[in-house]
Amino acid sequence: MSVITTPNGYTLDNSGQRVVIDPVTRIEGHMRCEVNLDKNNVIINAVSTGTMWRGLEVILRGRDPRDAWAFVERICGVCTGCHALASCRAVENALGIEIPLNAHLIREMMAKTLQVHDHVVHFYHLHALDWVNPVNALKADPKATSSLQQIVSIKHAKSSPGYFKDIQTRIKKFIESGQLGPFKNGYWDNPAYKLSPEADLMAVAHYLEALDLQKEFVKLHTIFGGKNPHPNYLVGGVPCAINMDGDMAAGAPLNMERLNFVKSRIDEMVQFNTNVYVPDVLAIASFYKGQLWGGGIGAKSVMDYGAYPKVNYDKSTDQLPGGVILNDNWDEVFPIDPADPEQVQEFVTHSWYKYPDESKGLHPWDGITEANYELGAKTKGTRTDIKELDESAKYSWIKAPRWRGHAVEVGPLSRYVLAFAQGNEYVIDQINTSVAAFNSLAGTNLGAKQVLQTTIGRTLARALESKYVADMMVDDWHALIKNIKNGDSSTANMEKWDPKTWPKEAKGYGTAAAPRGALGHWIKIKDGKIENYQCVVPTTWNGSPRDPAGNIGAFEASLMGTPVERANEPVEILRTLHSFDPCLACSTHVMSSDGEELINVKVR
Amino acid sequence: MKVLILGIGNILWADEGFGVRTVEEINKQYEFDKEVLLMDGGTLGLYLIQHVQACDLLIVFDAIDYDLKPGTMKLIHDEEVPKFMGVKKMSLHQTGFQEVLSTAELTGETPDHIFLIGVQPAQLDDFGGSLNEVVKEQIQPAINACLKYLDSYSVPYKKRDITYLEEGINSPTIGMSNYERHRPSEQLACRKGDERVLFDNAFEQRKSELIDPNCGVNVFVDGRKHFEDN
Repeated sequence: MSVITTPNGYTLDNSGQRVVIDPVTRIEGHMRCEVNLDKNNVIINAVSTGTMWRGLEVILRGRDPRDAWAFVERICGVCTGCHALASCRAVENALGIEIPLNAHLIREMMAKTLQVHDHVVHFYHLHALDWVNPVNALKADPKATSSLQQIVSIKHAKSSPGYFKDIQTRIKKFIESGQLGPFKNGYWDNPAYKLSPEADLMAVAHYLEALDLQKEFVKLHTIFGGKNPHPNYLVGGVPCAINMDGDMAAGAPLNMERLNFVKSRIDEMVQFNTNVYVPDVLAIASFYKGQLWGGGIGAKSVMDYGAYPKVNYDKSTDQLPGGVILNDNWDEVFPIDPADPEQVQEFVTHSWYKYPDESKGLHPWDGITEANYELGAKTKGTRTDIKELDESAKYSWIKAPRWRGHAVEVGPLSRYVLAFAQGNEYVIDQINTSVAAFNSLAGTNLGAKQVLQTTIGRTLARALESKYVADMMVDDWHALIKNIKNGDSSTANMEKWDPKTWPKEAKGYGTAAAPRGALGHWIKIKDGKIENYQCVVPTTWNGSPRDPAGNIGAFEASLMGTPVERANEPVEILRTLHSFDPCLACSTHVMSSDGEELINVKVR
Repeated sequence: MKVLILGIGNILWADEGFGVRTVEEINKQYEFDKEVLLMDGGTLGLYLIQHVQACDLLIVFDAIDYDLKPGTMKLIHDEEVPKFMGVKKMSLHQTGFQEVLSTAELTGETPDHIFLIGVQPAQLDDFGGSLNEVVKEQIQPAINACLKYLDSYSVPYKKRDITYLEEGINSPTIGMSNYERHRPSEQLACRKGDERVLFDNAFEQRKSELIDPNCGVNVFVDGRKHFEDN
């Protein structure tokens, strides 16, 4: 047993009860979490482990750089488009290709649609069940639910008592038939759920509405990307032609009719964010006003590369500006340069990889992905059946990325803090308005930092970002129409398509604001082929294990100090981890032998 | 009658690509009218829900572990499908797909019939690899089973006059032939990417040569040169 203090200010005590959650469910991929609880059930040590290794980078070696997007699109099941985008950008950056304005605007709309879609599905279909108790919704009075809906969002049309009565009947029938389906494995009698039955019913209704609407959103990807799932991308631009007078045959170029269809989908996104998503998050958050924990380094030490430029290739016009903030000092924003070998570095002292000198980090261009699965001396269990990890040694398949050695959090909350600190008026207004609304609903008097530096803050920032990017899309759409009407129908720059035009060696990077946070791809090209490829994904930043200096990452920090109502039903832990929208993607296995989704909680 | 012919799984994990590759192959051989949708569902899980809700007949191709001889094909119908999707723990995408089916139940919009054409994989832990021969050999029988099923509902289809050269379901970039032809060698790109391998101690640091004769570019990868002296 030991007590240590980390350079980033946390006191870790691995005595007391140890709770092991493996796997953490309702996320993409596979992760394990271990915490120690003191006698009051407060978390005093947290260990987050990625339990699978992602070797995607290595299988790209020797392939054509123009093909990389199609492979990285398969890294995971949900954020396909942002990997493809970052990949195209990395190749273009390496080869000095600039894409035409139409291509830029189309890519922006695709990226923002993905953002809205992902945020909505994450909140309603993965994260909401951490806050919302569908079983409790059966006790709701539909009339009172209707009144609540009108307080929460007067503009939302679906608010009659009859509507909520119907939803309630449907859920009742479903639950009574014994098939809890998506609501399986919940801790539905845990007092950590705080919503009134009416709020629960309203949220369940919106769960269903969101399910219906998300399918409309992604039609935009079909139009611009040729198909969905797995839309097409193209190095040098976008793979769709424009002919405003063309017909509607399948595979025909973009025409006005299709662009009008796109506009309708954008309007739906704007409406849903404004009238449903943001008000729901605020209303739900107000019931949890007594649970203002889970912040960790969130809204204190944050990073993003910056995204959504008004003028492509001009970072100063980013509508969500990048940078780094450290130690809660919002007055100082450090610039970030993905190409600087001293800035973004990955460490492996506590990761199951091997470096020649593990006291040093490596920049992604020089990245090494060499597995080294070894367990610390204090590990309990065996190599194939670990009972308890030894976090003083190597303990995760995730590397530890750091910015100049500092642990930082990435994600919508980080982007929002960076925008706020850099004077973005839209974001400042959104944050101030939301904090005021929260205070008014909850009867509290909290400042922006108090609300944002919490699990709730992370979830709220995601909703606000969804609204912001949908609003931005309206501008993109108008800009696209204007540019086409001015006679520009170019959608790709193919000047450097032929590898003969490439230098013998080149390197580049591409970044994107993935739904989960800052995404970067780094590529080295030699003789027309990929020589090295590294992706540093958002969950690597957030879920990282400790670094050589002992700093803990965002997941671990966010759990510290959280009181847990019932040790064997760790709703609070799942709620905070889910607030990051973790994505530890790819092929893994989480089923028990009878096919049930399995969550294993062990209290020692 | 609306039909969805869906292949699921991850093409980067060897035989897990069975579902997607089979749908690609059907598309090469046959054409359908617009009531029939062919789709590479990848590992998208819940994001596939609208397509499942919208169809009357759902035909799913997938690699599924039933503890049978590798390459064995198994045909499963209707309410048996969700159960069989997860008989053995194999892949995350199946958890996701079970969730799609149960969520569709919740919304009351479910296909009238579901037909799962599953094949026992020979190997999954070959990252970046393609289908093994025994699994590849089942593509045509699986297609035939699908066509026979479509016949029983009088769903029309037509054999293409000439084989479609483009893999129209997916970008040709990751079509099976290109995917196989340009695979980097084992020395260049580690193929054992999964904990199922790593946890059984079979995984060791490579001591092999760094220069790969089969690859167009010879590069010092992974900094392995640093370990050679040790």
